[in-house]
Amino acid sequence: MAYVKVKRRKLTFAERTYVAPIAKGMVTTLKHMLQLGGTERVTMEYPEQKWKLPDRYRGAPVLVKDAAGREKCVSCSMCEYVCPPRAISIIPGEIDGPVEKAPKVFDIDMLRCIFCGYCEEVCPEEAIFMSEEYELCGQTRAEMVFPKDKLYAMGEKFGRDGRTKDPVKKYDRLVSEAAAQGLDLTK
Amino acid sequence: MDAVMNWFGTPVGSAVVKVLVVGNVVPLLVSFLVWLERRVAAWIQDRTGPNRVGPFGLLQSFADLLKFIFKEDVLPGHVNKPMYLLAPALAVIPPLVALAVIPFADRMMIADLDTGVLAVFAFSSIGVYALALGGWASNSKYALIGGVRASAQLISYELVLGLAALGVFMITGSLRLHDVVTDQANGLLIDGTLRDGFLPKFFDWNIWKQPLGALLFFIAALAETNRAPFDLPEAESELAAGYHTEYSSMKFALFFLGEYAAMVAISGLFTTLYLGGWTLFGAENLFAGTPALQTAWQIAIFTGKVVFLLFTIIWIRWTVPRFRYDQLMDLGWKRMLPISIGWLVFTALATWAYAQHVR
Repeated sequence: MAYVKVKRRKLTFAERTYVAPIAKGMVTTLKHMLQLGGTERVTMEYPEQKWKLPDRYRGAPVLVKDAAGREKCVSCSMCEYVCPPRAISIIPGEIDGPVEKAPKVFDIDMLRCIFCGYCEEVCPEEAIFMSEEYELCGQTRAEMVFPKDKLYAMGEKFGRDGRTKDPVKKYDRLVSEAAAQGLDLTK
Repeated sequence: MDAVMNWFGTPVGSAVVKVLVVGNVVPLLVSFLVWLERRVAAWIQDRTGPNRVGPFGLLQSFADLLKFIFKEDVLPGHVNKPMYLLAPALAVIPPLVALAVIPFADRMMIADLDTGVLAVFAFSSIGVYALALGGWASNSKYALIGGVRASAQLISYELVLGLAALGVFMITGSLRLHDVVTDQANGLLIDGTLRDGFLPKFFDWNIWKQPLGALLFFIAALAETNRAPFDLPEAESELAAGYHTEYSSMKFALFFLGEYAAMVAISGLFTTLYLGGWTLFGAENLFAGTPALQTAWQIAIFTGKVVFLLFTIIWIRWTVPRFRYDQLMDLGWKRMLPISIGWLVFTALATWAYAQHVR
């Protein structure tokens, strides 16, 4: 039995005229057109309607501040090193207070970014997150290099609640650690 | 001013006005039709379709037209120039001329020819040249195959189209399309008395007297206008774009316009022959007191029927897959032609028997 001969049903006269089956097909298409019988439009009116993004969606990387409004980033440059396309460039700077450093310049070239999320993964201070922003566009290349202010603003706007607004921590941790050693960093 | 108004009253003046009106309304209707095609296609496929330009996207066609105008008009170096340039013009003119004979209201037609429908068939036959020449002059294999397919298909189905329509003229006894329309508005002669109520007038339409003829005519009309399931000349999955592959910009747009104008013309002809033209079971005389309103009302009735037919054609296109070429020829020559001849003989006998009965 090398092959199986499939038995075809003999078509009725009505089916062989083409007309009846075509009429049947037209009823089906009409149902879809009038959205009857459980059919519905699948198109989304994009700028007005938007997808509900999945929880782990990786949009543009953004910077966030802690609950007290202080920069979380200590410009350790881990993200800069781990970034596969080298989209991040950081110039560290000194600040006053218990923490020594914060970035003076923190640029992300969104044309280079591949949205891999390594920066988020590697950051020891939970200062950089993948946001829900995917509408990135501009007229020039220079425009697409996002500076620090813009990244913080995007962090405010597109950051996910409960993750980016973490009331952490490094200041408090540093202060408590120092207090354990008899130092007072709050001054 | 009076001189101008009087001139409009003369046969030449009124003809000029009608030509201007029809010549502008048809392209407008075509632009609406393209929009309708895209919207209906989208709805059938559970999509939305163009809905951004203007209300409901109605102005989409004008945006497209603008794009066509500003696109580069490529004239390929390998084409036969005179023929290549002639083809798009030949695609547009015949369907527009064919519309001249179709009455869209009582006494409202551009040319009241005694030969009526023969003129329509004659002009639509010229349309074959556009496709054949366009395909041949392009000097490209896809265009050539498309052109050859088109000419073979159109010649095959023209026969059926003519034979199917003959039945109507046997019943009417006239080729003038005005007579064909008025003949469908009389009501039925039952038991020697003329019933001219709503239902008798409805069943006086030729589609009830010629159901098979109407079906054959409609199928042949689909093939004549290269609409799916008979769109082999431009079968995009096989032939790029068929006979207009090498055309760009406004020349392509003219082919497009011609194709849709042919759809309007053939729908107008079907309406006139089988669906009672501008009549509506007596309701066409609703505004008998005011001639201008009456004419507008009748044009609206006629346009409504035509738009319904156009919708049906679009609806069929997005339902039925394309025929294979041998199936197309088989259907045309071995099925539809014998059936239409048989139907013609039946109509002749029935007409004769009816005449005997009435006498």
